Amino acid sequence: MPGPLYLHREFGRLLERLGAFHKVKNFVMSAIAICAAASSAAVVLPATRADAQGLQVSEFKLENGLQVIVIPDRRTPVVTHMVWYHVGSADETPGKSGLAHFLEHLMFKGTDKNPGGKFSKVVATIGGQENAFTSQDYTAYFQRVTKENLEQVMTFEADRMTGLHLTDDVVLPERNVVLEERRTRTDNDPAAQLAEALTAALYVNHPYGRPIIGWMHEIRQLDRQSALDFYKRFYTPNNAVLVLAGDLDEKEARELAAKTYGKVPRLLEIAPRVRPVEPEPRAHRRISLADQRVRQPSLSRYYLVPSYRTGEGNEAEALEILSHILGGGQTSRLYHALVVEKGIAANAGAWYQGTALDATRFSVYASPRPGVALADLETALDQVIEQIIEKGVSADEMDRVKTRIIASTIFSQDNQTTLARIYGAALTTGLSVDSVKEWPNRIRAVTPEQVRDAAKKWLDLRRAVTGHLVRPETVPEKRT
Amino acid sequence: MTFGAFRGMRGIVKGLLMALALFSASGAADAQIGKIERVVTPAGIELWFVKDDTLPILSMYFAFEGGASQDPADRAGLAYFTAAMLDEGAGDLDARTFQERLERRAISLSFSADRDTFRGSLRVLSEHRAEAFELLRLSLNAPRFDQEAIDRIRASILAANRRSQNNPDEVASLRWFASAFPNHPYGRPVKGDEASVSGIERNMLFAYVKKNLARSNLKIAVVGSIDRDELVRLIDDSFSKLPAKAELSQVAEVTPQSLGRRDVVDLNIPQTAIIFGSSGIKRQDPDFIPAFILNHILGGGSFSSRLYREVREKRGLAYSVYSHLATLDYAGLFLGGTSTRNDRAAEALQIIEQEIARIAKEGPTAEELAQAKSYLTGSYLLHFDTSAKVAQQLLEIQLENLGIDYIERRNKLVNAVTEEDVRRAAKRLLADSKLLVIMVGRPAPLAKANGG
Repeated sequence: MPGPLYLHREFGRLLERLGAFHKVKNFVMSAIAICAAASSAAVVLPATRADAQGLQVSEFKLENGLQVIVIPDRRTPVVTHMVWYHVGSADETPGKSGLAHFLEHLMFKGTDKNPGGKFSKVVATIGGQENAFTSQDYTAYFQRVTKENLEQVMTFEADRMTGLHLTDDVVLPERNVVLEERRTRTDNDPAAQLAEALTAALYVNHPYGRPIIGWMHEIRQLDRQSALDFYKRFYTPNNAVLVLAGDLDEKEARELAAKTYGKVPRLLEIAPRVRPVEPEPRAHRRISLADQRVRQPSLSRYYLVPSYRTGEGNEAEALEILSHILGGGQTSRLYHALVVEKGIAANAGAWYQGTALDATRFSVYASPRPGVALADLETALDQVIEQIIEKGVSADEMDRVKTRIIASTIFSQDNQTTLARIYGAALTTGLSVDSVKEWPNRIRAVTPEQVRDAAKKWLDLRRAVTGHLVRPETVPEKRT
Repeated sequence: MTFGAFRGMRGIVKGLLMALALFSASGAADAQIGKIERVVTPAGIELWFVKDDTLPILSMYFAFEGGASQDPADRAGLAYFTAAMLDEGAGDLDARTFQERLERRAISLSFSADRDTFRGSLRVLSEHRAEAFELLRLSLNAPRFDQEAIDRIRASILAANRRSQNNPDEVASLRWFASAFPNHPYGRPVKGDEASVSGIERNMLFAYVKKNLARSNLKIAVVGSIDRDELVRLIDDSFSKLPAKAELSQVAEVTPQSLGRRDVVDLNIPQTAIIFGSSGIKRQDPDFIPAFILNHILGGGSFSSRLYREVREKRGLAYSVYSHLATLDYAGLFLGGTSTRNDRAAEALQIIEQEIARIAKEGPTAEELAQAKSYLTGSYLLHFDTSAKVAQQLLEIQLENLGIDYIERRNKLVNAVTEEDVRRAAKRLLADSKLLVIMVGRPAPLAKANGG
């Protein structure tokens, strides 16, 4: 469906499909590599390994400013074709939350040249797969087709870059679809509501605080004109990245791109993406969501931390490693302390969303076993973090985690769509092809001291919001 | 197969999964994926293997037939629990040491269970294959099932199950299967419930392994960079010591009960999650492919199905609406679902029922059939563009008994389907189909249900 793949839950579903729902552990890397480039949760940035398996990624620009990335994978005559726009929910005008995502849905409604659902019909007829997704920083559209159909879908996608045609009789039902999507993803689920509230509380000034799908009352007011205005503000070849991954080489890519996207005019100049910056946070915030429906309480905390783009030196890489040591599966500190040793949690973990244009989130979470108060669980969780800050991490932990992260970059080469997502997400969050290529080396270079420093500097309660998900009966706050 | 995993997946994700799981392989693919070798090891274990040296990795998928349908009646969730326990320590290695050994070589080893199978997968850099197969061998042949790990995994399963009580799709799916299959293993929850999971004990895990993990019910598919002879040796190391024959309890062929019933499960949410279903068709049935095409047109995996158009595009009633054929080993099912705001749930259900009745009566148009065939044949190759996907396909083809040449034949089978075939399938599947409908939420009063 045209729909965003932005929530933790999407991630959960994938694991569930793989039959590993309650035990994330070994799946963490692969699952992240598969789906999370498009997810706001736990995005790892697997990259190509600079040595042995030299993946030949090339990059060029068309005259109209469209950036093109080519990732050859000649094993099967299939190509993944993606267009990523440098626009996401954080680029919306305040009061119109959900507009980037609403427009993504409307992009399937036809153009002057190819009215109605013609594009989707053609994709279905040739046996292609298509979808689209929206995040805080990017909006992307893709088709996966056999090689001989590539030019055709490129022609359609190039047309959709500037030719969108909208009427109220398609816009209004689609707005209802989005309202249902919001109900399904968020309003049905107290845990999703808590995650939304945590994000809103974490960002006091930056638009990352808004939900990607939008607030209910604001989605209701989105209309045809606001969608078209937004489209005209951001959809132009010089604000997009074309990613072609699969059975083609740079030369073929150049020819096809010139024939299709090359004809799209550069419509306007795009201003730098400067969003309001977060002030230095000073107060630990607490939120609590009490709902009769909650059968399994939980605790999660978000810290405001640098992203790959904003981090200095290899701060982001250190946070990446820290998230694994702290909460990446069963060998992690949190799992071991809370689930195994103390036996007070049913699960526990951490994630870091490094792929973001601006200051981003690092999260720790845990669910108590029956009879354990959230306050006690939180105390135990804080002790684990304090221990890392005081005593640092071991060389052995560093080695294991680095091995896993670096291996994930090799596994990611098995999947052209994964690679396309990695590059697309990186390039629309302020990174370069080289930075993706060099990522494994930067991971290798991180020292235990840097991980400890990252924990000390960034896992500071003043930078955090802690959320409790409870049933109303258990609300009384037991402070220890 | 694999419909133990069904719980209202949405949109294209669902579509992809269905295509993969149900229809298995796809057309012109065989030329592209390298030669499929059927290998029999000295110990007599059969595996399907594709050698591919493009990347220094190895993907293996395997399955033991049986799965959750082998759970004792009062211990639903045992297969699932066992799957969660197999990598929690084995031989001399306790859980932590075992996990660290996996991590040290970036080995992904995992187990899962669905209604009809107990599955495993192994993904590893080729250079670490020896360690990977050693850990696999230990997990299959010498699991420890330490009490500490049992208690921990039990807590985690129970917590996940409690969380799912807020997931309307999951609640609806559980209720649907419970209502459709009373007194049959398919009616019991794959992940168990509070009481059954609480009662699972250590000796039961050992008993499950002993009865179910055998050579007679094992299928294996491997794709990747490894020498054939070495692979054969590693496979025998891991699997040859398993019992020759599985001791499976017999599972009865079954058809869904309670058709015509509409049950509402109260959950205080703004939407109503609807799951509907009736009898379907089994994978080996000669009408399976016509029926699959029929379902593709009605509610299958592209943005052009009738349900998608009527429920979502025209009326904006739902984000997701779908139908699919679930081919369990002992039952064929037609299932579908959607989620819509409470005050329009009745309308959404009515439209779905109308569309089912319409296609049952009229069949598809010639254009729809042509387009469906074009989609299904054209997209087949997309299921083969990674080595992991190829291995998964090869396993499904074995489990469904479709033959090693299925990949070559598959698109021809699709192309041979006529309008008449689809009409016949529509009559068989949907003509007097009363649906069992489960609605989870607070739907506004419905029109009177037909029969009970």
